[in-house]
Amino acid sequence: MIEGYTGKLPVPTPGTQPFWDGTQAGKLVLPRCGDCGGWTYYPRPFCMHCFSWNVTWTRASGHGTLHTFAINHLPAKGFEDVGKPVIAVVELEEGPRMITNLMIEGEPDPDAIPLDAPVEVTFRAVTPGITLPWFRLVRGGR
Amino acid sequence: MARHPHSGKVAIVGAAHTDQIGKLPGHSRLMLHAEAARNALADAGLTLKDVDGIFSAVATPNEISEYLNVTPRYVDGTSVGGCSYILMVQHAVAAIMGGYCDVALILHGESGRSWIDMESQGTPQGPGGQFEDPFGTVGAASTYALPVLRHFHDYGTTKYQMSHIPAATREWALLNPMAMMRSKGPITPQDVMASRPVCYPLNLLDCCLVCDGGGALVVTSAERAKDLRQRPVYVHGTGEATAHRSVGMMRDFTTSDSTVISGQQAFAFADMQPSDIDHLMLYDAFSPTPMYFLEDLGFVPKGEVGPWLEDTSKTPDGKIIYRTGPGGDLPMNTNGGGLSFGHSGRYGMFAMLEAVFQLRGTAGARQVDNVNTSLVHGPGRQFAAAATLILGRD
Ligand SMILES: [Zn+2]
Repeated sequence: MIEGYTGKLPVPTPGTQPFWDGTQAGKLVLPRCGDCGGWTYYPRPFCMHCFSWNVTWTRASGHGTLHTFAINHLPAKGFEDVGKPVIAVVELEEGPRMITNLMIEGEPDPDAIPLDAPVEVTFRAVTPGITLPWFRLVRGGR
Repeated sequence: MARHPHSGKVAIVGAAHTDQIGKLPGHSRLMLHAEAARNALADAGLTLKDVDGIFSAVATPNEISEYLNVTPRYVDGTSVGGCSYILMVQHAVAAIMGGYCDVALILHGESGRSWIDMESQGTPQGPGGQFEDPFGTVGAASTYALPVLRHFHDYGTTKYQMSHIPAATREWALLNPMAMMRSKGPITPQDVMASRPVCYPLNLLDCCLVCDGGGALVVTSAERAKDLRQRPVYVHGTGEATAHRSVGMMRDFTTSDSTVISGQQAFAFADMQPSDIDHLMLYDAFSPTPMYFLEDLGFVPKGEVGPWLEDTSKTPDGKIIYRTGPGGDLPMNTNGGGLSFGHSGRYGMFAMLEAVFQLRGTAGARQVDNVNTSLVHGPGRQFAAAATLILGRD
């Protein structure tokens, strides 16, 4: 965890608690549909594809691709230790896309961050109760 | 295909801004609403007593009815972001044609800069609070920046091409005495790219000007409009849609689904197509916004907006003519836009006011010749909701 973390923190609700329990345990856990097989993000008590309520919390692989990103030059709290936030949309190999951050060493260079590059989840524990799912580029692909 | 039976049957008969827009620390959110209502009713030659429908978003209809001391028999507080007022025109058409109200007042006021009596949206327990805010998004610039690289990647669009949007829009602002940037001189695409980075790929000149201000429209039946003092501006087509809340939930980061759907509805309602439109107001919260809309509404083929924007011409004395600027073939955002006029937060009202002034022929130095039709389009949040309006002189 990060001492005196200043960033915005999620407050889990009953419907999302298993997701945040998962990140705390180093796992990306999402609702998966027992009827159509689809995965849902952000977590809901039903399937976002077919509206079936037959969903089960299931561990995702944590692998995906970088769909798009932006580099925030405005002062953003909670990023003092890592520099400018690279705000990313990652497409998980299970299908859903999520807004996240890309962990980059040093000053982010947009020309060195290719879209569709393979990424993998990494967990950033920010407080005793909250671990945020971040991603990093997989060097050399998978 | 025939136009919708309600097409052309309802008209905008009053339209006005607050006395000023900009930094107005003496005006609260509700004061701005009241001033906008006063000015639009005076423009229409009507009084508050004539109004029986209230449509408002930044203030709730409860707040407005109390503050203005009125008891409207029809209310609409639809709040889906900056396009809310554009979408309310469709609702006003339905209400007036359905006999639920006769005179609709659509009013906007927002202390976007001074932040007097304003509240922030969302909680840390909501989907945004849990799955967007913790990842370093700070305001609309950081979320509007997110889809853009995907358009660049898939279609080869460049930042230089996109920078033509604020440059062209500034040309219009120089002609508008009310525009915040009227005295700041022209800017080039290179100036845009050299301005301070805000959230890559957006720079400062890609971002709208946050201001205080407001505006209002008075809408009634075309029948009643005949007896009123202004030349009526007829509502030919309307459309609306909402697809999601967070930008992260876009189905395709190169297109706004809500824009496509609302645009198709409006063109079908009016029985028109893009080639029938003389003047455009495409809500420019940030440079990419109108760039996406030009494509998604069918004015430019999908993926071709970059080269289209870059295809400028020159006057005999060497001045650049942008496609969407003064002298261009598709005049757009002629008030100076959110980028160079001013943007209170829900700019949709300002876009509609400019369309009305252009159609009345009262836009002064920035008046476009032969404007018979104008299309107004705006997003709600970041490409989440959308509304389209086609207005005409006849
Ligand atoms: Zn399903």
